[in-house]
Amino acid sequence: MQEFLDMGGYAAFIWPCFIVSAVLLVGLLVVSQRQSKSIEATLTALEAEMPSRKDMS
Amino acid sequence: MSRNFIRQVLYPAINYLLHRYANPARFMRMSARVTPWLAGITILLAGSGLYLGLFVSPADYQQSETVRIMYVHVPAAWIALSCYVGMAVGAAVGLIWKHPLAHVMTKSSAPIGAIFTFLALLTGSLWGKPMWGTYWVWDARLTSMLVLFFLYIGYMALNNAFDDPGRGTTTSAILVLVGSVNIPIIKFSVEWWNTLHQPASVIRAGGPAIDGSMLWPLLLMIAAYTTYYVWVLFIRMRTDIMETRLRALRMRQVHEQAGT
Repeated sequence: MQEFLDMGGYAAFIWPCFIVSAVLLVGLLVVSQRQSKSIEATLTALEAEMPSRKDMS
Repeated sequence: MSRNFIRQVLYPAINYLLHRYANPARFMRMSARVTPWLAGITILLAGSGLYLGLFVSPADYQQSETVRIMYVHVPAAWIALSCYVGMAVGAAVGLIWKHPLAHVMTKSSAPIGAIFTFLALLTGSLWGKPMWGTYWVWDARLTSMLVLFFLYIGYMALNNAFDDPGRGTTTSAILVLVGSVNIPIIKFSVEWWNTLHQPASVIRAGGPAIDGSMLWPLLLMIAAYTTYYVWVLFIRMRTDIMETRLRALRMRQVHEQAGT
């Protein structure tokens, strides 16, 4: 296990690549998902308030 | 192709197909069905790619363990480039056929492309230090990649610079098209100029120059990054379409209140 984490002495270069990639990609996904949900909630509320002529979603 | 053929057959045909099959309502239905599948496939591909890349694939005889950086570096660079090509196609279709969904696609792609470009630069830099002895050199491949990053950032800044969403669409679409000259420069930079960066080893004449034990995790990660890109793109496009609808509804509400 220690040998695996050590990555032949290159741990300081290899692990940041994987960790930063994971953090940024998961982060972008979560932020996008949250924006989508929040706008969907606002839209549904507003559509319930006023009868719409055409339904898009 | 004669000009008449383009004007009378080709242009209207594409126009018909675009508006018939790529309208926002249809996209909302399609994307709602497809997104869960994209999520599942992305997780499967990334899981198996990471497993093979970190645990199964061997260390390189020259680069030892650092070769594993390839499994996150090459896919990031691949999406950084193809995302921009997608944006350029979207910008062109949006400008020529005035197709609303095309502009939505271009706009929603930009932050994804910027993040992938940043990741390609960062992982490349962390790979360069142990292998080349430096984090950064101002050579053709690295510099053109940095230009790509600035193009993404510049596009987003320009798009946000207009108070009325949609006003900046044409201007920023032109920026995307002008910036697309950078794409072949990035692609062929390793052949046109002397550079520290190695030439292509997967898509090359004579087949891949990588052994299967490294090629498989690499291909799986490229596939995972691609499905992730489409997945997040769909989420962001849906958000943008809903935002447009929300603005229209608010506008109507204001008008109706003003009328009564």
